[in-house]
Amino acid sequence: MANDPIHQFQITRLVPIEIGGLDLSFTNSSLFMVATVAAAAGFLFLTTANRGLIPSRLQSVSEMSYEFVAAMLRDGAGSQGMRFFPMVFSLFMFVLVANLIGMFPYFFTITSHLIVTFALAMLVVGTVVVYGFWKHGLHFLNLFVPSGVPGILMPLVVMIEVISFLSRPISLSVRLFANMLAGHITLKVFAGFVVSLGSMGALGIGGAILPLAMTVALTGLEFLVAFLQAYVFAVLTCMYLNDALHPGH
Amino acid sequence: MFVVTPAYAQSNPTEGTNSETVAPGGETHGGGAFPPFDSSTYASQLLWLAITFGLFYLFMSRVIVPRIGGILEHRRDRIAQDLDEANRLKEEADAAIAAYEQELAEARKKASAIAETAREKAKAAAEAERTKTEAELNAKMMDAEKSILAIKDKALAEVDTIAEETATDVVKHLLGGSVTKAEVAAAIRAASGK
Repeated sequence: MANDPIHQFQITRLVPIEIGGLDLSFTNSSLFMVATVAAAAGFLFLTTANRGLIPSRLQSVSEMSYEFVAAMLRDGAGSQGMRFFPMVFSLFMFVLVANLIGMFPYFFTITSHLIVTFALAMLVVGTVVVYGFWKHGLHFLNLFVPSGVPGILMPLVVMIEVISFLSRPISLSVRLFANMLAGHITLKVFAGFVVSLGSMGALGIGGAILPLAMTVALTGLEFLVAFLQAYVFAVLTCMYLNDALHPGH
Repeated sequence: MFVVTPAYAQSNPTEGTNSETVAPGGETHGGGAFPPFDSSTYASQLLWLAITFGLFYLFMSRVIVPRIGGILEHRRDRIAQDLDEANRLKEEADAAIAAYEQELAEARKKASAIAETAREKAKAAAEAERTKTEAELNAKMMDAEKSILAIKDKALAEVDTIAEETATDVVKHLLGGSVTKAEVAAAIRAASGK
């Protein structure tokens, strides 16, 4: 149990709350959601408190993350997409900070749970659908009808487009979830090797160097993945929002 | 699967509080299910995600995004303003340089004009001096010539007297007799063809 690589994903209740038969307890996951939001919001709030004309180092970090997401959104969805900036920025910062906080030993990684990433993905796709229909009405369905396709192929192409659209929330959420899950399991397994080899005497301690080196390397890789997955999530969000803004391909 | 001593085991950091706040047996949801697919935890996760992310979104859109956007815009404005100011100052400097150059050219012209006048004046003065000196020299030369002529005339006049005396002496020595002064003078006059 203790060395079980799955154990780190276990959700435990901290403050049990049950309303109408639904378990709405404040869990370790909730705790780390609060921590993520507090860390991200606190960092952004405190570093920009001076509103320096010449930014301090930490203020530069906040500004860089802002401009990073702004450039991403402008490239992905055009200047009209900037109305979604707060959402994309929130998503990026939330996922990034959640992933990074998950890198601390003993900390819970909220993005390693499919329901969380799926909820975030549904938020994106829901925004796309609602805004698309609100802005373009039924013209939004042009999204599924690419121009310049021969009539006979049209049903097939439309079907493919619909399926690809429907698979978006799944691919968006599973990508993030699976990356975080697999990364943390791998780390745990290699770290487990270190422990179990280390308990086998001098020879084992010598042999434990290899998995230890692997763990160190994987930790570095996981930090990269933590950033990269937040980036990918945000970039895909921008691309999907582009569909809502310009459905006519 | 692995041989692990309890000291190395990773334990959930929340287990301590957990045992205090949660009734026995309710420690984990769903028992042996793979945690991410344990649907009994979904409601709680969704609720808390909605609460935390919702607050986060509100905070971002109300406070952070306007603030950082404002900072960046202010900086952009300030840079544009500074560039304008720099351009203005550069234009001023260019104008000052042009004015200076013009003034310099004028001063040069003036200086050369002054030099020209001075040179002309000096030349005229020199010319006048020269003319005056020449005139003086001419006058002196004329005087000199005049006095030379006078001296010559006088000398020539005296030549006759000397000739008379010499002739008288010569005649006296040669002939032993004496001749009158008037005879000698007549003879000389005849000799000199006068």
